[in-house]
Amino acid sequence: MTKSKEIRVLANQIPVSRRADASIAVVGNPNSGKSTLFNRLTGLRQRIGNYPGVTVERHIGTLKIDGKSLELVDLPGTHALSAHSLEEQIAVDVILGHMEGTATPDGILAVVDATNLYQGLYLVQQLLELERPLVVALTMADAAELEGLRIDIAGLTARLGGVPICPVVATTGQGVEKLRAELSRITELQSPEPGKTWPELTAAARELAAHAPENTRLAEVERLLIDGPTEAKQDFLARFDQGAPAELQRLRNRLFGNEPPLAIEARVRYRWVREVLDEVVQRAPPFYGWQARITAWLNQPVPGTIGLFLVMAVVFQAVFAWATPIMDLIDSATSFLGARVSAALGDGALASLLADGVIAGVGSVIIFLPQIMILFLFIILLEDSGYLARAAYLLDRAMRSVGLSGQSIIPMISSFACAVPGIMATRVIPNRRDRIATILAAPFMTCSARLPVYALLIAAFVPAKSVGFLNLQGLVLFGLYMFGILMGVLTALLIRKTALRGPKPPFALMLPEFRRPNLQTVLMQLLGRAKVFLKRAGTVIFSVAVIIWALAYYPRADDVEPFVAQQQQAAEAALSGEELDTALAQIDNQAAAMQLEQSWLGRAGHFVEPVFRPLGWDWRVSSAVIAGFPAREVVVAVLGTVYAVGDEADEATLSQRLKAARWPDGSLVFTLPMVLGLLVFYACCLQCAATLAVIRRETNTWRWPVFAWVYMTAIGYVGALLVYQLGT
Amino acid sequence: MDRNGSTLASLRKGQKGVIAAVNAADPQVQRLMTLGLVEGAIVELASSALGGDPMEFRLFGRGISLRQEQARQFAVSPVAAGGD
Repeated sequence: MTKSKEIRVLANQIPVSRRADASIAVVGNPNSGKSTLFNRLTGLRQRIGNYPGVTVERHIGTLKIDGKSLELVDLPGTHALSAHSLEEQIAVDVILGHMEGTATPDGILAVVDATNLYQGLYLVQQLLELERPLVVALTMADAAELEGLRIDIAGLTARLGGVPICPVVATTGQGVEKLRAELSRITELQSPEPGKTWPELTAAARELAAHAPENTRLAEVERLLIDGPTEAKQDFLARFDQGAPAELQRLRNRLFGNEPPLAIEARVRYRWVREVLDEVVQRAPPFYGWQARITAWLNQPVPGTIGLFLVMAVVFQAVFAWATPIMDLIDSATSFLGARVSAALGDGALASLLADGVIAGVGSVIIFLPQIMILFLFIILLEDSGYLARAAYLLDRAMRSVGLSGQSIIPMISSFACAVPGIMATRVIPNRRDRIATILAAPFMTCSARLPVYALLIAAFVPAKSVGFLNLQGLVLFGLYMFGILMGVLTALLIRKTALRGPKPPFALMLPEFRRPNLQTVLMQLLGRAKVFLKRAGTVIFSVAVIIWALAYYPRADDVEPFVAQQQQAAEAALSGEELDTALAQIDNQAAAMQLEQSWLGRAGHFVEPVFRPLGWDWRVSSAVIAGFPAREVVVAVLGTVYAVGDEADEATLSQRLKAARWPDGSLVFTLPMVLGLLVFYACCLQCAATLAVIRRETNTWRWPVFAWVYMTAIGYVGALLVYQLGT
Repeated sequence: MDRNGSTLASLRKGQKGVIAAVNAADPQVQRLMTLGLVEGAIVELASSALGGDPMEFRLFGRGISLRQEQARQFAVSPVAAGGD
């Protein structure tokens, strides 16, 4: 943490060419069209990072106009500046210049949805009191017209103390030119005069400011009056003189009496907003477009719920069906490339590192990309069209009954592809307890990396007979999916009853109108999220692949080479043609298996065999499971090597080997109870370093990933033990 | 808060009411007030999810969804004739 901070500060001190003429903070309600406008203004000249120490993204873009270069900082969407959520706190800190690594903005661009002036003007009112130059962009001007809203811009400007107001349609670019011109002049603007909207508060703040140092901002004193001498304000209050605490108490009593200050603030400010709206907005009968009609239809409980399940089914289908051909292509390309490299470089550590370590490692990262990109695309489309909020609303009751909230649905669905984007998607859940419960439930969902092992074991050991009109194999696979969901739900329930016990969180969800998502915004978000995925998960998955390669490759045994040479000579003497090729391939595979047995991985398998013996696993299965702990997707490849059929063997060959595997006493290793136990273990275990890393990142502590790992491994072990012992 | 049965939770679909009183002692309710659910605001019940919970209200033309137990914290009175 400290290190990255140092780097950040250093980078800011270097007078690079991107030094801007002015910096502008972009503030607005969630769903106000802020991101679309931001993209429209800055285009591709954007940088995405994080605010120090938190998971809130920081978007900075550059706007060039008339030879001037303006730096735009896109702040998280917020309804108010009361600093009661992380996003609001960050918005306030950036605007006031308290955010490390971000320059104090020279002005503010307030983005207000013209169809939601009620909430928008509440925020603008708080922004006016910050005494910074302010420009208001009135987005969705076209939608407002369709809804029959006539807004008197001149009247509104007057009520806001003369700040420039630019109606824009961010999706088409209408009005954006004028906005750019206003922004280029923002440093010449007069700061708005405070005290227009809540004179009593401003007056009290002036009295209290007499006790403060010279350059204290009035807006911060006002915030102190409303929030009171809380712990977070102690540093600020310490700069005041001795009489300040008593004076603060007196003024707060005068302003609020016994009422909660936040309630008074909301009452006073919204009274002003209603006054302004009565004056400057005229309502004509609205024109009901397709959005309104779809909304009306989806508002009915039954069609809405049916529609929701259809949408989820389409997302699911798309993630699995559309991605498969591309994934197969990547898979064959990786194998092909690996084989070519092996062929070109011959045997040896370097060739093996390149083919089985690096190429296989890169392949194991990009194989996830098709699914993840499709998943991200759908999530972004659902978010930007406004449907995601409605899905959360419709499912809230069901999700609440299992200890989650309506907003948990997208993380859960995403986790069927991969838990990493699923856990990243939990950021939309405002309540911390709900969010952590969702994070802990997500890794139980059957992710696509579990599927190859399920497929291999089920095809090999579950008889393909029909049960009614269903197939037993399909039924077992379905059962494993259900088992994952059940375990996730039980985990969420358990954790909400114990470690995360607490009052039910408030649930207030703005339900935006349906809107057609903007192509440019969607693509830019898609690219951004793919980059984040590659950075977070990709680096972990790749390193893990190389580490596992090394563990399975080293140390090399000296006695294998002579054995191979001897076998090859014998084969060449006795056989020819195709038979010889088969025999030579078999010898290679056998040599690889021998090397693996005495590699670190094979030794580890032998070492832990006693632990897994009660589960019915021999050292081979144990090695594969150990290799799978950092990344479960390698298990099939390790099984292939350890059973001497090569790591690219087709499933039929491998499953025959598995069926034939025996203990030294001659009994079968892969009995049905052992296989079912292995499946249960695999369904429960958190065998994924990328998931652990992302849990660490999103919860900002090692406590939760460690807990999740221990908890899930314990459940997997006990589950497999029970299944094996009861079944044998 | 549920003195005479008239709260946001008791509105029928399509019915409007003016918020008359808010149980503002609850910090969670104060958050909702920040979103504009304050005395004097006109609110209409637009829909509800399966089972009647949560509920979707219209507030100045925008949808906002609340759970029933939160909707009960807002007392409403009928909209005066000619009110919007």
